[in-house]
Amino acid sequence: MMSVERVLMGGALLLMLGSAQALEGKKVFSEGGAQPGAAACMACHGADGLGLAAAGFPRLAGLPAGYLSKQLHDFRSGARSNPVMTSLAKALTEEEIAAVSQTLAAMPAPVVPAGHRSATPTNPAEKLALQGAWERQIPACVSCHGPSGVGVGEAFPPLSGQSAAYLAAQLNAWRSGTRHNDPNDLMGHVAKSLTDDEVQGIANYFASLPGQEVKP
Amino acid sequence: MKKLSFAPVFVALISAPAWAAPIAMEDQSQLKVPAAVPAATAFQPPQESELPDNAYGKLVMQGYALFVDTKRLAPQFVGNGLNCSNCHLDQGRLANSAPLWGAYPMYPAYRKKNDKVNTFAERLQGCFQFSMNGGKPPAADSHEITALSTYAYWLASKAPLGVELPGRGYPEVPQPAKGYNLAQGAEVYKAQCAVCHGAEGQGQKVGDNYVMPPLWGKDSYNWGAGMHRINTAASFIKHNMPLGKGGSLTDQQAWDVAAYVNRHERPQDPRLVDGSVEKTRVKFHANDGVNLYGQTVDGVLIGQGIR
Repeated sequence: MMSVERVLMGGALLLMLGSAQALEGKKVFSEGGAQPGAAACMACHGADGLGLAAAGFPRLAGLPAGYLSKQLHDFRSGARSNPVMTSLAKALTEEEIAAVSQTLAAMPAPVVPAGHRSATPTNPAEKLALQGAWERQIPACVSCHGPSGVGVGEAFPPLSGQSAAYLAAQLNAWRSGTRHNDPNDLMGHVAKSLTDDEVQGIANYFASLPGQEVKP
Repeated sequence: MKKLSFAPVFVALISAPAWAAPIAMEDQSQLKVPAAVPAATAFQPPQESELPDNAYGKLVMQGYALFVDTKRLAPQFVGNGLNCSNCHLDQGRLANSAPLWGAYPMYPAYRKKNDKVNTFAERLQGCFQFSMNGGKPPAADSHEITALSTYAYWLASKAPLGVELPGRGYPEVPQPAKGYNLAQGAEVYKAQCAVCHGAEGQGQKVGDNYVMPPLWGKDSYNWGAGMHRINTAASFIKHNMPLGKGGSLTDQQAWDVAAYVNRHERPQDPRLVDGSVEKTRVKFHANDGVNLYGQTVDGVLIGQGIR
């Protein structure tokens, strides 16, 4: 039988573990992991984790922890390739990946107000984003990534609040097949049907959606 | 003695439909659904840019808004979490996804469902009552029905009247020779559907609104909706799911996963007879395609409804 004391002690231990994980996550983010090669996230992704648009380094702050953790594991295994991230992810421990994913997910990011389904598009890129191009079996971006591309669940990351450079680079990687770590080829299949102009147009569209200021 | 000897026969009769005894398939009307067509070669509805800037054009766009944003714009008539465009893809424009341009020119039509000739307005009311689990539907002359009818008319405005256009409805996918298998359906669901619709069919939301629709449970279509038929769901799934990858599942997979989805509880059939699932099965479900309403699966009666 479990005594009250034992329950309380267990709870306290969980809290301590939780805060230990939070500390570890913050450390990985700002100072890097314990092993050599595990560089700090903020070196490239910015002190606020919002990315470096000019270099095409993505925002990590506010992304779902499950998505971040999967990407780090995929970099490690080679399912997603990027020279810098692959060696970095290999130098992170399981615990560090779990911790830093939680930390990043909890960091503030610009809030893009979710648009309504009934909004009508005013240009071809917005039409693709809101309605798709079904004659080519392309669903609307928002039907998986959510209204205004704010992201849905752990599998469909936000598009708004990312730079056009990063979004276009990823769409092109899906198109060429160099990125292929999506569930059931859902993204690769769509990206391969897009033209150069459409890739650029969609990237610009989601990058330009107005985000409200980050509240720390 | 006599009673005992009948018992096994009775059991066999009851359990047969789960593996598809020859039950006549019923479409939503007396009409046949033509074969599937590639979307690109199907009837092309007009573009929004062709809409006139007048009262008619405005009403078409109000109908469009209701069609894609039904839950938010007509909450008093939507008792679940769905929008029309969840089952009629591409805003009701897509061939093999029950496009509005395929439906509008076929009404008025006799429907076995209520055993009378239905106008298009009555057909829309049926959608609200069953697919949207909406209780009392909007009146035939309400703003909602008028706007949605106008949107459908516009999409069909260059289509021939009374002609079954290719790509109308959900073109039938014949039941596989071996019938369907719920365990295999569960596997298909887990591998192909759960990433969007959730492990428990619960859908996924952003804020209060569903992005991916729930497939069963209180926020999904009720037991009176056409989609509760395994044959109808199999046809929808085969042609349209996973989203953007229509046609990628085999007929067997489509039937298996359709049966798996439609073995789960959902809101009660609003036509419930005397509070009895069995009476409702006999009156409305026994001859309505392939469905599990009122049958027992793994010792549990299906069709008890959920609130």
